[in-house]
Amino acid sequence: MVNIEIDGKQVSVPKGSTIMDGAKEVGVYIPHFCYHKKLSIAANCRMCLVQVEKAPKPLPACATPVMDGMKVYTHSKQAVTAQKGVMEFLLINHPLDCPICDQAGECQLQDLAVGYGASGSRYQEAKRVVANKNLGPLISTDMTRCIHCTRCVRFGQEIAGIMELGMAGRGEHAEILSFVGKTVDSELSGNVIDLCPVGALVSKPFRYSARTWELSRRKSISPHCGLGSNLIVQVKHNRVMRVLPRDNEAINECWLSDKDRFAYEGLNSEDRLTQPMIKRDGQWQECDWQEALEYTANQLIDIKEEFGAQSLGALTSAHSTTEELYLLQKLMRGLGSGNVDHRLRQSDFSADKQLHGIPWLGTSIAELSELKSVLIVGSTLRKDHPLLAQRVRQAVKKGAQLNIVNPVDDDLLTKIENKFIVAPNEIAETLAGILKAALDVKDVSESEKFKSLLASVQIQETATAKAIATSLIENAPAAVYLGNMAQHHPDYTKFLILSNALAEVTGASFGILGEAANSVGAYVAGAVPDLSGISSAVNLYPGVMSGYNAAQMLQQSTDNKCRGFILMNIEPEFDTYDGQQSMSAIRSSDFVVSLSAYRGNAPEYANVLLPIAPFTETSGTFVNTEGRVQSFNGVVAPQGETRPAWKVLRVMANLFRLDGFDYETSEQVRDAIFFEGTELDKYMSNSIRTTGFDLQMNRKNTIQRIGEVPIYQADPIVRRAQSLQQTRDAVSIQAQLSSALMETLGISTGDQISIKQGNEAIQLQAVCDEKLPANCVRLPCAHPKTFKLGAMFGEISVEKV
Amino acid sequence: MLSAESLKKIDREIAKYPADKKQSAVMSALAIAQDEKGWLASETMNFVADYLDMPAIAVYEVATFYNMYNLEPIGQYKITVCTNLPCALSGGNDAAGYLKQNLGIEFNQTTSDGKFTLREGECMGACGDAPVMLVNNKRMCSFMSSEKIDEMLEELKK
Repeated sequence: MVNIEIDGKQVSVPKGSTIMDGAKEVGVYIPHFCYHKKLSIAANCRMCLVQVEKAPKPLPACATPVMDGMKVYTHSKQAVTAQKGVMEFLLINHPLDCPICDQAGECQLQDLAVGYGASGSRYQEAKRVVANKNLGPLISTDMTRCIHCTRCVRFGQEIAGIMELGMAGRGEHAEILSFVGKTVDSELSGNVIDLCPVGALVSKPFRYSARTWELSRRKSISPHCGLGSNLIVQVKHNRVMRVLPRDNEAINECWLSDKDRFAYEGLNSEDRLTQPMIKRDGQWQECDWQEALEYTANQLIDIKEEFGAQSLGALTSAHSTTEELYLLQKLMRGLGSGNVDHRLRQSDFSADKQLHGIPWLGTSIAELSELKSVLIVGSTLRKDHPLLAQRVRQAVKKGAQLNIVNPVDDDLLTKIENKFIVAPNEIAETLAGILKAALDVKDVSESEKFKSLLASVQIQETATAKAIATSLIENAPAAVYLGNMAQHHPDYTKFLILSNALAEVTGASFGILGEAANSVGAYVAGAVPDLSGISSAVNLYPGVMSGYNAAQMLQQSTDNKCRGFILMNIEPEFDTYDGQQSMSAIRSSDFVVSLSAYRGNAPEYANVLLPIAPFTETSGTFVNTEGRVQSFNGVVAPQGETRPAWKVLRVMANLFRLDGFDYETSEQVRDAIFFEGTELDKYMSNSIRTTGFDLQMNRKNTIQRIGEVPIYQADPIVRRAQSLQQTRDAVSIQAQLSSALMETLGISTGDQISIKQGNEAIQLQAVCDEKLPANCVRLPCAHPKTFKLGAMFGEISVEKV
Repeated sequence: MLSAESLKKIDREIAKYPADKKQSAVMSALAIAQDEKGWLASETMNFVADYLDMPAIAVYEVATFYNMYNLEPIGQYKITVCTNLPCALSGGNDAAGYLKQNLGIEFNQTTSDGKFTLREGECMGACGDAPVMLVNNKRMCSFMSSEKIDEMLEELKK
């Protein structure tokens, strides 16, 4: 530790710290622009000049390491003169256009100019003008305002992992730009808007729509990815105008993914459903809540009486709040049906009875940054969980080894140590190979458990498998994660068993990357059909009724046909594993009520539409993938006749005359779920009973689909965020094939091809992706162009048109 | 994109640095690319970026920082005249003026026959030899009186 004195205050800081760190410690503010706690030190704005005793001239606080006995004066005459001088230079070329600048009111330059700027300018010459750049649909530029702090450039290099912006030119001609004609396409790009200390980079969707002082700032939690990022939602006239990050070192640090930041546009979409509606004789009529709910209750009761409670099913998603999910399952079970599920994109549920607890991340989110070795199975992490990918990127920078097993080989913008790019139906085999290699490396004799596991698999020993196993064994802490694609795949249970075993053998931790903000919360709420595994381990749900899972409900076999569906916060054509099958099951049912914030395609298949509040219009709780419980309040009043879903479900339950639905606030619902003394840690576990499983691989030599969920199609809100829909990630929907497959089928890049699954076929342009495994077609699901097709994985037929 | 010969030269430059510091060779690589192509088109910079495993924008930063790199097509001979203070005091501006008159072009223009491009340059570190000029970044010409300029142009026009 080094002892220094700042403005007369003693402070001791670790060796190697800077004066800026020391000043923060004692609460002294030193003005700055280019310095940022999460970025490397550039020391190019010179605003943080301070006086240091015995130094002949002022020194930059951000770049000057402390030395024992150093005396620093941040507000002495010398320091302030230096700071004022710097400010005068900065303002020479900065336009005085604050009245029309979006940054005004939250501008660091404006704020500091009040403290350090002169009241008039001595500069008489012409100011320089810099042409604006087109950086894409999210970031708007006004480059004349730029003060060349290079925060945006360093953000790209260090945090986003891709340098898209740079400073070209020199001296007076220096300017920030992207490479000739390129846009900024990183999924974290919006953060440069926050980082920019002036109005050079501002939000394009928000631009000119409000002044910052007109906005009220309200706390919220993002419903999109598994993190539950902390948000500040800014509101004007009861309308969400903009979303900003709220610092939380344990979750999103000071960042937000573009999905979390810009999805708010979907909240104000034209497609919002604001009035309950009933379809009578094929005609949609607006009605009041009383009528809609009574009609719904009567219809459902009729079905129950005629076909039994088992013919009712509820489908929902982990983007809903815990309270909503809890009431939905309570209502269903009150009616006598355990048919409730939120895992609509999952296809393999055979692990349900084997679970020991709620699947979760296995560690805290923050621990990801500290990993030394990690194996990620079935995920393009950058797109699925942009901020988790950011943490892994930081870990890799510190020397961690990243290993992947994935059907696609997209650039993860970080160094990958070992990788297996294999067809989806070969992932399980690959994992078995790594497990075998781990057993060999550890030189443990195959215990009975593993022997029986591996007996059913043909394993080819490969160097990569050995390298991954060694990496996990020799570097601690290590972790194995199953990503979104792994969870959706029909071999999910095999992945679970093998990864579990692998983690056990290598000493790594094992986790499931929760797909949505409430992935753990949905289990806690009981929105799953079978809780036997979980409730036998702990007594969270004594004696709860089991039912059909999502796949069974959406199957069309006659014995478990669901005739009445309650859909909450989902669009089955996009949000299920097999859109084609789901739609035919839903269309052929007798009655469908859709609780949704949006109209969407629901009028085609539903009988009643009930407008429910999105996360900004209701209070609720999300339990993120690390098991962190985060409650939030509504930030705006519900639009039109929209009601929070928990209220709708409560009233519906009352109409069914069910007991135990006397909740007056969402907090009362929350207290019923997280009753006093609930320690979630006890309920979360990724371990699984492996007895009685054989890993029989069904490797068929047909063309397979790799169906990922595109980053901006994952949930109903983000699907309606216009600006995000114009990004490169959203517009480039193509069918990608390996060149080998293209040759076999006689297709060349740019050809229109017809792709067929089940009864439906679509036409798309074919594009060659050399990195794809042979015999695979990469074709995104959950997209307006592809939703007519069937399962996300599995057989698919392709031919040239 | 670049000829085998140029790539060989670039590889030689890359070999001067540790294997994981390939991008240290960016300045030489750009110079070699420019020698072959005459100027640095976006595609050329992109190619160099890919070849050195670095972001295209980082190559662009370098190419725009140093004014010996030509970011647009130029004439066969690029004459860069120093107009910094010591040169200016010793006839640098006159030399530039003489060149402009003789070639009928201003700074940053190219003669209609595509032979000459005139550039204003910064100090070349030879103030004692003023006025100085540089032909195609490589040939340094000192004490450039009007006669010597005529001589030089005559030679280059051949």
